[in-house]
Amino acid sequence: MNQADAIYWKPWQWDRRTRTLAQVAACLALFTTIFLMAWLHGDHGLTTHLELRKQAPSVMHPFGTDWLGRDMLARTLKGLRISLGIGMGAAVCSSILALFLGLSAALLGRKVDTVVTWMVDAAMASPHIVLLILISFACGGGPKGIILAVTLSHWPGLTRVIRAEVLQLRTSDYIRLSARLGRSPWWIARHHLLPHVLPQFMVGLLLLFPHAILHAAGLTFLGFGMSPHTPAIGALLSESMRYLSMGLWWLAVAPGAALVVTVKAFDVLGTNVKLLLNPRTTRE
Amino acid sequence: MKNTIIPFLGKKAVRLAVLLAALAVFSFILVSVSPIDPIDAYVGASILKLSPEQREIIAQRWGLNDPPLERFLRWAGRLLQGDFGISTIFNEPVSTVIGKRFMTSFWLMALAWTISGVLGFILGLIAGTRENSPLDSVIRLYAYTMAATPTFWVGMVLLTVFSVSLGWTPVCCAWPPGLSADQATLWQRIHHLLLPAVTLSLIGVAQITMHTREKTVEAMRSDYAIFARAQGESTWGVSLRHAVRNVALPAVTLQFGSLGELFGGSVLAEQVFSYPGLGRATVEAGIRGDVPLLLGIVLFSAVFVFTGNTVADLTYLAVDPRIRTGGDKP
Repeated sequence: MNQADAIYWKPWQWDRRTRTLAQVAACLALFTTIFLMAWLHGDHGLTTHLELRKQAPSVMHPFGTDWLGRDMLARTLKGLRISLGIGMGAAVCSSILALFLGLSAALLGRKVDTVVTWMVDAAMASPHIVLLILISFACGGGPKGIILAVTLSHWPGLTRVIRAEVLQLRTSDYIRLSARLGRSPWWIARHHLLPHVLPQFMVGLLLLFPHAILHAAGLTFLGFGMSPHTPAIGALLSESMRYLSMGLWWLAVAPGAALVVTVKAFDVLGTNVKLLLNPRTTRE
Repeated sequence: MKNTIIPFLGKKAVRLAVLLAALAVFSFILVSVSPIDPIDAYVGASILKLSPEQREIIAQRWGLNDPPLERFLRWAGRLLQGDFGISTIFNEPVSTVIGKRFMTSFWLMALAWTISGVLGFILGLIAGTRENSPLDSVIRLYAYTMAATPTFWVGMVLLTVFSVSLGWTPVCCAWPPGLSADQATLWQRIHHLLLPAVTLSLIGVAQITMHTREKTVEAMRSDYAIFARAQGESTWGVSLRHAVRNVALPAVTLQFGSLGELFGGSVLAEQVFSYPGLGRATVEAGIRGDVPLLLGIVLFSAVFVFTGNTVADLTYLAVDPRIRTGGDKP
């Protein structure tokens, strides 16, 4: 084995780029595992076994069992999958809205810009959670309400980023030169703006995931939206509140820890992709 | 000084008025499209016992039969006179409910805000001064992990450990059950306040720590830091005598600007600890369909966050000489 091969088996000797790629791969593997496991598990483990109820974590049931004898690991995986689905759906909708508003603010003239900027300020002016509760109330709860609520409260940050990026690009020398050379606005948008905005958009989208998932979980925890039959992770945790005083600590600790690991993985993924996509830091 | 502050505050007041007007229209539209029937939500499980006549009486009293525009104009008209309406679940004027609940939440938020601000600033300063040291890694890991952690889960873990297992802190509420707020002693109040406040602080520390760390790293690499070092100043000397002044102002601004997140965190923490503050009132209003209270809280929380941001701007105006001489551009 030559030296170049040997280094791959020594992670502590990897350079930063390799390490970053490895982290990205690990995060993607984690999400695939969650989805696969939730899918493979199916309804298995969700059946009630009254003789097995309230068991502390063991080898058979790493996350313990609940008050009906259901396996908490299976429930957690299912809950995570639902929460991830809601979070991703909301983050995607929210970032598309942000892209649309950011581009219109930067390209459609002063009036639109003023309106969008004011909307950004206004949306940021009330606490997220109050807005979330209000919108979810307006939709009468349900997963639709949660997705809409998270979508409508998370666009301002990314809108600002995209608007600033495009405004800066528009006044840069090479774009002006391109216009002087007779390129149409559409050609410039496709060849000069898009390559700059797309990575920003992707990173913004990835970094929205953690927020969206956390807020969706918080909203379900507060009792908005999801019915007890759709065990999203927030609903799972809010159920376990009732059993905390009886000493069933694992009902809260394990699912919550799983949620933290997942959200953190999204955060790591976003930060690393940001490093990779930025030409200045990609080789560091 | 005076001639910059008065136009500044005037502009802010206009902005706030426009914002509140827009928010009032927006949130009123939202609650009127809601499929949740306020009477169903109010009566709850005993809805079957409600006869259509009784229902009609409630609908009449709440003015539910009128078209939305008429209801909005009536609500907005009263609002301008300072009347927020009557909360349906508490059966008290909304302003009284918000006032009472906010005072209960206020101490919680104030304590959490102070702890997280001071602690976060110190941690950030340490991490930034000793960039890339093991201590820095630990602090960074903590801050990044906390940014990914739901507030309510931290609360639940603390509740399990300190209230259920160790029995050091009470399981719920803001004062011992059976007493009213005035009868509880100061110590009892603090005792009940402790765990929710720690929950909020543990999470709140993250953002201010990371921000202060970045700014400190920047300051430690600046020309004035290098110059001070060339004069024989030690690393901590540069940090404490030079960097700290430049780092403190953005940190104060950030902390005042984070009132929205503080409010959001308190909603979740109050739910975990059954702390009867404004956050719990928000959740109850949302779940039990108390429209006047919900609308009142939306407007109130916006004023709360706006005040925080304005104070942040004012500290800049008052402290930073570069902005003060800038004149018309606050």
